[in-house]
Amino acid sequence: MYDAVLAETVTINGADGHAIEAYAARPLQPGPLGGVVVLHHMPGFDRGSKEIVRRFAAEGYNAVCPNLYTREAPGADPDDAAATARSLGGVPDERLVGDVAGAAAYLRGLPNSNGNVGVIGYCSGGRQAFLAGCSLDLQAAVDCYGAFVIEPTPEGFPLRTGPIGHLSEHLSCPLLGLFGAEDQHPSPAATQELEGLLRKYGKEYEFHTFEDAGHAFFAVERPSYRPAAAVEGWKLVLDFFGRNLAGAGSTAA
Amino acid sequence: MCTYLTEQVDITGSGKGAGGYFPLTRAMVYVDHPQHAPYEHTVNVDFLNPDLGPSARVAVELTEEGALALIEALRAALASAPPGLASINGGHPVPAAQG
Repeated sequence: MYDAVLAETVTINGADGHAIEAYAARPLQPGPLGGVVVLHHMPGFDRGSKEIVRRFAAEGYNAVCPNLYTREAPGADPDDAAATARSLGGVPDERLVGDVAGAAAYLRGLPNSNGNVGVIGYCSGGRQAFLAGCSLDLQAAVDCYGAFVIEPTPEGFPLRTGPIGHLSEHLSCPLLGLFGAEDQHPSPAATQELEGLLRKYGKEYEFHTFEDAGHAFFAVERPSYRPAAAVEGWKLVLDFFGRNLAGAGSTAA
Repeated sequence: MCTYLTEQVDITGSGKGAGGYFPLTRAMVYVDHPQHAPYEHTVNVDFLNPDLGPSARVAVELTEEGALALIEALRAALASAPPGLASINGGHPVPAAQG
């Protein structure tokens, strides 16, 4: 199979038509291919996030990761941008939804798109992936250890967000949740509560909680990395997207 | 875990960043994942000047022990100097330090 991939920084239209930076990777195949919006973790639009985008392209998906901190810190180093975003209370939910909508439109507008778009997010991006799945017309959503979906944000933190578990009712697509048993945010109790809401509203979901793993077990450059959970997690993600986006490889429908 | 909890305080002084010294106006303290220190969590201190942009930042990532030791060292250094010597008032004791 021809396996060339083009990866580059692009500009997409985010919330309110604002031009935002994004990193895209696309298989150089006629398709039709599914698309994946990657939502970076709280530490920002960094090298690890871009590697994830390239991985999805290598697996046969058009992928794009919007820089959610473009507005606060255009052109800044990822860690500086993350610090600025933190000082301002994080990314507002409404703006996030608009940015993901723009990223999904970018993917659906590619000539080799099959029209299906999924979203995956890590850490704060996990919560945002769930939020996007409940707010937009998407075909799959993956929440990797997103905190504060269920639990209230800590007192004293100027986070411009609140619990969003009640939005489960509006989830538009199947949801895959990947969590660590040793994580406190989200805790196993919180993810179980979210499961209860998804069952209540009859939503399609599958949750996996890995033993011997905590928060950020996918992050290969951090001490939190857990190879066993990450390898199995990638397998589950690719299987999930394969079933719901019908875009893996040039032979897909 | 991502704690999200963030303490912020106004400060006055200078710091040396990637582009040299610049005035500091703000400090942010939080216990969360570090960018560089080889631990899952650290006490992170960002010395900032938001008016100069995101890159006007001196970042420090400390273990809990290191952070507590630093607090004591700051207190000890201040206690060994005449009150007000390093004050924003230019070497004159601040009212709270008098008596």
